[in-house]
Amino acid sequence: MAHETGTGRVKRGMAEMLKGGVIMDVVNAEQAKIAEDAGAVAVMALERVPADIRAQGGVARMSDPDMIEKIKAAVTIPVMAKARIGHFVEAQVLQSLGVDYIDESEVLTPADYKNHIDKWGFTVPFVCGATNLGEALRRINEGAAMIRSKGEAGTGDVSNAMQHMREINGEIRRLSSLREDELYVAAKELQAPYELVKEVAEKGKLPVVLFTAGGIATPADAALMMSMGADGVFIGSGIFKSGNPAQRAAACVRATTFWDDPKVIADASRGLGEAMVGINVADLPAPHRLAERGW
Amino acid sequence: MRVGVLALQGDVREHVSALIACGVYPTAIRRPQELDAVEALIIPGGESTTIAHLAKSFELFNPIKMRIASGMPVYGSCAGMILLADNILDAMDGQEVFGGLDITVRRNAFGRQVDSFESDIAFADGSDVALRAVFIRAPWVEKVGTGIEVLAQIDSHPVAVRSSTILATSFHPELTGDHRIHRYFIEEVARGALKQVQ
Repeated sequence: MAHETGTGRVKRGMAEMLKGGVIMDVVNAEQAKIAEDAGAVAVMALERVPADIRAQGGVARMSDPDMIEKIKAAVTIPVMAKARIGHFVEAQVLQSLGVDYIDESEVLTPADYKNHIDKWGFTVPFVCGATNLGEALRRINEGAAMIRSKGEAGTGDVSNAMQHMREINGEIRRLSSLREDELYVAAKELQAPYELVKEVAEKGKLPVVLFTAGGIATPADAALMMSMGADGVFIGSGIFKSGNPAQRAAACVRATTFWDDPKVIADASRGLGEAMVGINVADLPAPHRLAERGW
Repeated sequence: MRVGVLALQGDVREHVSALIACGVYPTAIRRPQELDAVEALIIPGGESTTIAHLAKSFELFNPIKMRIASGMPVYGSCAGMILLADNILDAMDGQEVFGGLDITVRRNAFGRQVDSFESDIAFADGSDVALRAVFIRAPWVEKVGTGIEVLAQIDSHPVAVRSSTILATSFHPELTGDHRIHRYFIEEVARGALKQVQ
């Protein structure tokens, strides 16, 4: 019987399987192994974690294929990788390498300041960042099968992720309260397709899985995001820029599952050593804010 | 019937909805005392390594293993199938599972996510209607032991199997809105097994 690959159900379904889990940024096979042993549901293979991209500057691009191959060989869990916004050739390369999910990410330097990748043409599914509901729906309209809040990557400051989650879920709640004849204007205001706006208003949720990312550094941060309605958590620099990555990784995994149990979070938070140093988002000059990339 | 859905990680919500559609109101299971309160269990899709890791951290691993061994009806989809298999191929080093089903399962057998697919399959529940099956980085059954019945196959690989108390599928019936598999588990596997105990 025919195998239909790359269908919406297969792409979105893959994200459903990651729910309640933690996806960790890793830059080599050793880190990937530590993440898998700690209970990560997937790893994000990249050349430099966001904190280093921020510190070192320069143009940040897709990872070296050899590095991705090594990470794929080291773990049995899904391997994701980042492509630059609008860089469809990087995405084609990542697909040919057999990565399991592509993150079209504002953490890398955008390749196109106008257009995102047309994601419908790919078999591999995409996750995209969003700061509000309109942005999330525009990405879904382009074929994204999973959304994550952007937050402010590489800072260890959770305030932007918090703001984006409140924004997205607040707008969803507002849509659900509207009369049907008010949804046309709502679609105009959100700058999103009417069909998707209507679907969100009816279901009271996004049609795809919503994770959170950007600035999550502690088990309590992860639990906070879950209690804000995230389906799961991306942790970038927070783990491997901290004192004890293996223990912190496992602690974040536990806190994500038991986000509603402060005793478990307290236990998970004990003896983790130093968290990543962190930068206050408010101290970042506007041109250095990654969340403002993408539109 | 009191049915639990293991809620450590994965697509718990979809299994809960499927059960509700079958008229069963399940409990989410994250703690040993919650497990004690149910008669049957569903292990959802997700990452088998993560689910096992969390089960160990929260002292659920051995209680689940023991309940399965003592005949609690269980259904596992995808990661759930891996966790119910006595033997796994292409496992993570040192990966542990609950076991209970005398089968050998190959993890990610169909390939990576780009090879994930959906297809119509025949499911041996007495119906001639094809079942839409969604396979996501799915395992297949490489070898079945004695007393294992094969309920569905694709390309001559078993993808749905059962023993007297355990049902396992490589695919995700919880994603399609067709509740045949959940109904089969409740009516044909769990109810029968529980009746025998009484």
